[in-house]
Amino acid sequence: MPTLADTFAALKAKGEKALVLYVTAGDPSLDQLPAILEALVEGGADVIEVGVPFSDPIADGPTIQASSQRALDRGTRPGDVLEAVTKAQPSVPVVLMGYYNTMLRPGLSSFAQRAKAAGVGGVIVCDIILEEADDWVKVSQAAGIDSVFLAAPTSTPERLRAVATNSTGFVYAVSRTGVTGAAQQAGDEVARLVGDLKGMTDTPVCVGFGISKPEHVAAVCQVADGAVIGSWLVDWLAQNWREGQGRADLVAAVKALKAATLA
Amino acid sequence: MSAVLPTSGRFGAFGGRYVPETLVPALDELEATFQTAWASPEFRQEFDTYLREFVGRPTPVTDCRRISALTGYVLSAKREDLNHTGAHKINNALGQALLAMRMGKKRIIAETGAGQHGVATATVCALFGLKCDVYMGEEDCKRQELNVFRMKLLGARVIPVSSGTKTLKDALNEAMRDWVTNVRDTHYIIGTAAGPHPYPAMVREFQSVIGTEARAQYLERHGVVPDVGIACVGGGSNAIGFFYGFLGDQTRLIGVEAGGHGIETGKHAAPLSAGSPGVLHGSYSYLMQDEDGQVMPTESVSAGLDYPGVGAEHSFLKDTGRVEYTAATDDEALKAFRWLAENEGLIPAFESAHAFALLQRPGLFAPGTRILVNLSGRGDKDMERASQILSL
Ligand SMILES: Cc1ncc(COP(=O)(O)O)c(C=O)c1O
Repeated sequence: MPTLADTFAALKAKGEKALVLYVTAGDPSLDQLPAILEALVEGGADVIEVGVPFSDPIADGPTIQASSQRALDRGTRPGDVLEAVTKAQPSVPVVLMGYYNTMLRPGLSSFAQRAKAAGVGGVIVCDIILEEADDWVKVSQAAGIDSVFLAAPTSTPERLRAVATNSTGFVYAVSRTGVTGAAQQAGDEVARLVGDLKGMTDTPVCVGFGISKPEHVAAVCQVADGAVIGSWLVDWLAQNWREGQGRADLVAAVKALKAATLA
Repeated sequence: MSAVLPTSGRFGAFGGRYVPETLVPALDELEATFQTAWASPEFRQEFDTYLREFVGRPTPVTDCRRISALTGYVLSAKREDLNHTGAHKINNALGQALLAMRMGKKRIIAETGAGQHGVATATVCALFGLKCDVYMGEEDCKRQELNVFRMKLLGARVIPVSSGTKTLKDALNEAMRDWVTNVRDTHYIIGTAAGPHPYPAMVREFQSVIGTEARAQYLERHGVVPDVGIACVGGGSNAIGFFYGFLGDQTRLIGVEAGGHGIETGKHAAPLSAGSPGVLHGSYSYLMQDEDGQVMPTESVSAGLDYPGVGAEHSFLKDTGRVEYTAATDDEALKAFRWLAENEGLIPAFESAHAFALLQRPGLFAPGTRILVNLSGRGDKDMERASQILSL
């Protein structure tokens, strides 16, 4: 798998923006993950976030909560997620997204090394802020994994600068004050946030939370280097993916989203 | 006055702030507001006045003569059950509501397990004219129906939580999500000494009135501090507030967690007795978790103790050895509940009954040991459940 840096550099060279897609590992069942990732890549996904399900996802809205719960009910374990990623080896970078306790429990080093061995390019921890991230930053750097930090509309300028300069791979700009979940409208605070961040770093900035439609993607890609779509896809997969059935529709939907990044 | 909060938000290795970035400015604002207020004589006076005139403090220490005769100990109880709304929870709800008003926040959210913290919060919101939304697990709404009604009567909206285990932990998750979404105009009154910095230290300070009063009252009556202090531990707010009065003394301090069906069955809510450190609800502390770091379901007859985590300072006090932690089972707590009612005319909350349960274990303390138990709340809310479980 290419690194996040290579991927964003290549996109920039082509004058393109990144389509970043989130799926919860284990929902649909984990044995489907390689096929799903393949379909996403065929549709034009540039980066894939693989959610590691956690029992208490405080940063997630109802869609990803329910999805995480289904994944846990199916017995999905972090080790199995890494195995599935190893098997899938998509041609785009995989970024793990999850909560700190599932990384802390096996030990940060062990987690980072196993993730690296699985080909993971970066990690997003929803409930870690820079002040608490020293250990993780050291360990992830040693393992050669990017640490993507989140910037929020409520972040002060000093905090934004710290996030912008410490985030590697990309900076995750949270589009609104809130949890994950598909919204009818993309937030209006986001242009200012992205503008501020881009003035502070050359690291690419992607926008997520509440983005579900090609129009949102197009609007976000006016200002940012990429758009992240999660809940919409999680819902779509839960409703339509049946052992690969629905694949053609999925590829078409992802193509429409990718087209919106170019608009 | 020196800062009362550890600046790192740590108690040894425990505590910290593991939250979405969105919340950090609100936690900073809360910390700054609290530091300023707590150092200000006007705020202290305002807080003390409401505690006296609205809550009914100071609460007395009552000597428990019949149980003393039965056990051979010298037993007394700190009567937090006599607070307005029936438990210690209102000390903290009041303090935080005053802070919310200082921050100009007009909407309050809270989580509740037994409903005691929800009722306390709804009460202070009615007192001050603040909008109040309380998250409560569906399971707990059933277990504590009367408190749901009380909150509604006080003008609060009760939002049942159907995710996860449908108990306190999930109510906390939902309240956190609400806060992440509405952080600009909403203050989240966490009901226990857990959560991200500055909550554990701030809640302890608001609850420390328990220990401060208890120590002075006990000294006045008995001429010495107690040999032993006992409190039940859910998230740990009544216990930390009570223990805080005695940390500098020789008093042996014991926290009692919910042993549920028994520690050996795995069906309990005793992270200090049988858990391991991890991160839940914004803090690094002892936790009931499986080998993957997933939070485990808990079990207790008492909704207020039915929580897989615990306040960070208790983790620290456990590891330093200053406080001992143990667990009482549902059966032990129910036996103590009845025992205290029949022999002292005190009907404790199920939570508080866990603390008294230790006194029924033969030979745990030497005869004549002076013991002070924190009676954190009264059992009115548990009457319906008790009437189903106990046949009299
Ligand atoms: C009477 C009473 N005691 C104890 C508790 C447990 O909470 P904490 O450990 O924060 O004191 C509760 C919680 O609802 C309660 O109502």
